Amino acid sequence: MTARQVLSSVVVAAIVMFVLPVFFDVLNLTTFAAYALLALSLGFVWGYGGILCFGQTAFYGLGAYVYALTAINTGEAWSGFFLAILLPALFAAILGAMMFYGRLSDVYLAVVTLVVSLILFRFMNHTAGEQWVIGEARLGGFNGIPGFPTLHVPGDPEAYIYDENLYYFTFVVLVLCYLLTRWLLGSPFGRILVGLRENEQRIELLGYDVRARKTAAFAFGGALAGLAGCLYANAAEIITPELFGLGLAAEIIIWVIVGGAGTLIGPMIGAAVLGYLKFVLGLRAVKEVFGRENPLEATLVFGVILILFILFLPRGVVPSIQGWLGKARPGRAGAAGSGRRRRTRAERARADA
Amino acid sequence: MRRAARDGVVEARGVSVRFGGVTALDSVDFTLADKELRCLIGPNGAGKSTFFKCLTGVLRPSEGDIRIRGIDCVGAHPHQIAGLGVGIKTQVPSVMNGLSVRENVWIAARKRNSTREADRIVAETLERIGIADSAGEPVGNLAHGRRQLVEFGTVLAGDPWLILLDEPAAGLTAEEAERAVDIIVEMNDRAAIIVVEHDMHFIRQLAKTVTVLHQGRILTEGHVDTVLGDPLVRDVYLGKSQ
Repeated sequence: MTARQVLSSVVVAAIVMFVLPVFFDVLNLTTFAAYALLALSLGFVWGYGGILCFGQTAFYGLGAYVYALTAINTGEAWSGFFLAILLPALFAAILGAMMFYGRLSDVYLAVVTLVVSLILFRFMNHTAGEQWVIGEARLGGFNGIPGFPTLHVPGDPEAYIYDENLYYFTFVVLVLCYLLTRWLLGSPFGRILVGLRENEQRIELLGYDVRARKTAAFAFGGALAGLAGCLYANAAEIITPELFGLGLAAEIIIWVIVGGAGTLIGPMIGAAVLGYLKFVLGLRAVKEVFGRENPLEATLVFGVILILFILFLPRGVVPSIQGWLGKARPGRAGAAGSGRRRRTRAERARADA
Repeated sequence: MRRAARDGVVEARGVSVRFGGVTALDSVDFTLADKELRCLIGPNGAGKSTFFKCLTGVLRPSEGDIRIRGIDCVGAHPHQIAGLGVGIKTQVPSVMNGLSVRENVWIAARKRNSTREADRIVAETLERIGIADSAGEPVGNLAHGRRQLVEFGTVLAGDPWLILLDEPAAGLTAEEAERAVDIIVEMNDRAAIIVVEHDMHFIRQLAKTVTVLHQGRILTEGHVDTVLGDPLVRDVYLGKSQ
């Protein structure tokens, strides 16, 4: 990634960041930014690592719970903030090592990750009793944990970061994570990871330890998801076991498919747009239009969207747009290399993601 | 992986592989000297590929001992064997189809070199095998023969001292096969090579010494002309033996 690419990404991100609050509510935007980070984590793990993790919610929920429990016990936010990155990453590394060293892949891996998330969902739902306490914090069962200290200016636990400032903070973290992920994909580790997605056996026969590399990639995805959970917790100010639930687990997959696996920007856009759609469908005004037999129930709508995309736009929005732009401007693609050099999927993704 | 006294580059002693009741390899002894080029031939089911898989760590022999440069390789993972400096080419072209030719070779070169060194090796390797004109092309878009060349490129870029090739001539045109022979002979300057092959014409162009496998055992070993002129070997190939 060149300095120019970083600069242009930052400029575009800054414009988007300042324009969005003109049209949308900042609390919603903060939530969507957290979703986008969660989608980025799966976009990396699945789109580039070829690891279909159906339970990215496990690390997301874990991040949120770790943050809330630490914040309650310490009375300040920042140790929780960093633990919410660290512990999910560690958990992902252990889970990943068990799967990859056990030669688990494809659909089995998807099932195992989903089940792990659902186990956490079930467990958290059963912690309503008074005996479920960590330090001073009650786990709260299906009621979740409300009223934990939220992010504040470092060193001053009274100076909370909220509303617009929390939005800006979340957005900046999102952009930094995006840049970090792009940098990682451009590094030798990332390039070999993409090779691994393409042909695991080849990478192994070239002398690379596939298992260790997949575990590392999975842990990085876990760290991003954990951070997303922490940011969500700060926006929502309450966390519930739903964070581990099947509904969200499936939604993340839909975000990535709709936005486009194999890019980073696609899943982020998918998360924000579908997150907003779900919000609109949940509004009372919309519900009242259709009455009791609401045909626009979010799950149903998402299902239809997923089917339409798989039938008509299987690569997702962003890769398709990139494809059309590439066709419309053949001169530009040719200018980059010698002659009529076509760029590969991975090269395009690296350049445009 | 333990190191011990070294004789040949590859030393296999009493290697047997059994799948349930089927004996695919029956106590095979095999020695490959430094810088030697050896062809391993035999009819279908002779155990060539099974032996190849034992060498590359994909299969673990039921019995026996395999040493590569004196290092005990039984039970080692393929990436550990490749990491010793062994270049491996599988039967079906195993390439990264979604990536460009350049990226395929770069990933191979990067294993033992810095990024800058790898860039240099890639340019050199692409010239050497004659696919520099397709450097930016996704490998998946190339014809079968050129994909084989790309895989040769990934093997070359690792600068191995031992190269294991499983049916390198499969699916190549006559012209491409000649190119493959040239590449293999050139690689032989720096590395010992084992070629598992079916194509007699290809073997005649290539090898000095041939090992013939039959029903999991070594039938004979010797100079290519002697072996291919041996009536017993002919019978085996035509299915008359036993």
